[in-house]
Amino acid sequence: MNRPLEGLLVLEFCQFLAGPSAGLKLADLGARVIKIERPKTGDACRQLSIKNLFVEGDSLLFHTINRNKESYAADLKNPDDLERLKKLISKADVMTHNFRPGVMEKIGLDYGNVQNINPKIVYGAVTGYGNEGPWRNKPGQDLLIQAVSGLTFLSGVDIDGPVPFGLSVSDIMCGNHLAQGIMAALIKRTKTDKSVLVEVSLLESILDVQFEVITTYLNDGGKLPDRSQAKGSAHAYLSAPYGMYETRDGYIAMAMGNLPNICEIIKCDIADLYVEAGSAFDNRDKLIIRLAETFKEEETKTWLGLLEQHGIWCAEVLNYQTATVLSTYKNLEIEQELDLSSGKKIKTTVSPIRLDNEKLFAAKAAPKLGFDTQDISKEFELT
Amino acid sequence: MKPLEDYLVIDFSQFLSGPSASLRLADMGARVIKIERLGVGDICRTLYTSKLIMNGESSVFHAINRNKESFEVDLKNEDDCEMVRELLKKADVMIHNFRPGVMERLGFDYQSVVALNPTIIFGEISGYGMKTEWKNNPGQDLLLQAVTGLTYLTGNADSGPVAMGLSIVDMLAGSHLAQGLLACLYRKAIKGEGGFVQVSMMESAYDFQFETITTFMNDGGALPERSKKNNANAYLSAPYGIYQTENGYLALAMGSIPQLSNLLGCEKLEDYTEISEAFDKRDKIKAILAEHLLSNTTEKWLSILETADIWCSDVLNWNALMAHDGFKVLNMIQEVEMVDGYKYETTRCPIRIDGELLKSSVGSPKLGQDNEKIIKEFINQSTIANA
Repeated sequence: MNRPLEGLLVLEFCQFLAGPSAGLKLADLGARVIKIERPKTGDACRQLSIKNLFVEGDSLLFHTINRNKESYAADLKNPDDLERLKKLISKADVMTHNFRPGVMEKIGLDYGNVQNINPKIVYGAVTGYGNEGPWRNKPGQDLLIQAVSGLTFLSGVDIDGPVPFGLSVSDIMCGNHLAQGIMAALIKRTKTDKSVLVEVSLLESILDVQFEVITTYLNDGGKLPDRSQAKGSAHAYLSAPYGMYETRDGYIAMAMGNLPNICEIIKCDIADLYVEAGSAFDNRDKLIIRLAETFKEEETKTWLGLLEQHGIWCAEVLNYQTATVLSTYKNLEIEQELDLSSGKKIKTTVSPIRLDNEKLFAAKAAPKLGFDTQDISKEFELT
Repeated sequence: MKPLEDYLVIDFSQFLSGPSASLRLADMGARVIKIERLGVGDICRTLYTSKLIMNGESSVFHAINRNKESFEVDLKNEDDCEMVRELLKKADVMIHNFRPGVMERLGFDYQSVVALNPTIIFGEISGYGMKTEWKNNPGQDLLLQAVTGLTYLTGNADSGPVAMGLSIVDMLAGSHLAQGLLACLYRKAIKGEGGFVQVSMMESAYDFQFETITTFMNDGGALPERSKKNNANAYLSAPYGIYQTENGYLALAMGSIPQLSNLLGCEKLEDYTEISEAFDKRDKIKAILAEHLLSNTTEKWLSILETADIWCSDVLNWNALMAHDGFKVLNMIQEVEMVDGYKYETTRCPIRIDGELLKSSVGSPKLGQDNEKIIKEFINQSTIANA
């Protein structure tokens, strides 16, 4: 198939998650992505494992983020290696890095210098907190970014204190934003024929994720989010019944909906709590607790049967075991297998974007450190 | 110049997922025209959060739809449809997030639109794809969080399912759609081809969880286990989490347990010397840490830990964040103005291009405010004569 970024060469000087996840998106869309890695150690993510899962010497995590890429080993502090890299940069379309402010300047691969090497480069830089200000040298780590961004006061219930999202959400969104910025820059380059600088930061990205609620805050007299006291509540700004409720055998998720109508269907008396439309907001916590009492009495399937019949927006709450056996999960082809050099295979996800009626499958596994160094040297005549 | 200047985007989508994608394209310089239903418009206009009404509409609508135009039409009226077709002939991108079958009935499905404009890039967001058993289920954010296992990652072991308190799946789907559209716009610039981009919220939700679901796929199907208290990631060892202090909170990302024990003067942690214990005994370690950190202030702990290069941070709410120079220097807030002079503050696009912030002072559109201008500019006079 004809992938949109075919023919583009991307050099990735990034480690960990934010930058490399952008590289993965570009690779799946057709670009050739070469990781530039330090000899012997490489991307620090190679040794960063979860549950101690390793595949052929590298962490499963590294494999997840870096499939469909090549690896070129080079020491940025070695003048010969640096010369070879500059030659490679002169032939690239895009380069990305996530070093802290000042590092690329010291090496001589900051945007100004790279423009001299390649006047048509798209140069993408990821930082934690931007290049200026008192936080610029702080570690750009996901949990810490969540902590300073206000995000931790949006989930869970108020007595929990701050509740972080249980995933590296700022890294992932920042990677998404970097990929968007790079593609916009590539479009700009087709018109100007000149280099473009793209900058993103984890903090700006996690603020963007909160754009709806921050806009509400900015125009509502600076009122902070008011999470519910009731377990299962799912949004500080939405009224009852929005949330998840325990049933006799599991949990049911209830989206926004007409509360009196829903209560009539499930036979839950809220007459004392719901006197007008605004009550769904004003008495949110009490209403959620009242609904929870009713939902406990029957099985999830029973409630779903009743509510769906009336077009009420609801769903069973699933875990990975129950979610991945759904026919819809299978029909969407969320999984793919990667071919390891040993002949074995591992499973992971596919790009979530479907193009011209096709999924963007890519069976190429993550590269071993420096696996492609020789071939790349030869191809681009770097020696 | 902005990267997408001179591109025209026709956006039929409502709520958050599709409109968040077109907002990104608008901030990158594209001209975005919302196609809105006669008399009602995007349902998001009346989707209120915390009862806040801004100039007659919801704050959410204002956040998502600034920097766009509004063309109010009746898609059941043939003359109006003809005008929309005229617009589509001149468009670079079209977006919709209707349920399966709706665009086919209205005559604006991919096949029909490509027949009008062979190089258009057609973007479509669904909840669960267009051909699955669940294709007609509502593509609503919380329900997507619920059915994709996402609610077992946040909160503590005994919390039950905990939602991420934002429409995160909508935003991910919008973000992925924007990526697909941008990739196709690049291809169009090089090769002159159109494209068909499809995103579903379910696939986007799993892409977000690619690290954890890949672990699940290769680990014999073991479910994520959140720590008993102070959980911040089901798969990470102690100390990863947020802890209460004497006067606030402290986020701790990493640090070996013996080193933390030493720095914090926490004797009870001295027994945990094996690296593997940081994961295997994380509940005990976190409980000890939680108790110990209560004994002094956030400032005190930060001063000790930051000196030793331990990754940690204060925990801020928006009041504290926005008062901080680290936030102010980002210049993240912008003021926008609607046609009637109503002004409001909102965030800007998070991407900087060539050192410039992609700001825009254009507020959200009143329903149908641009009809006259759009008709004059795009619609063939004979179409109007027939209308």
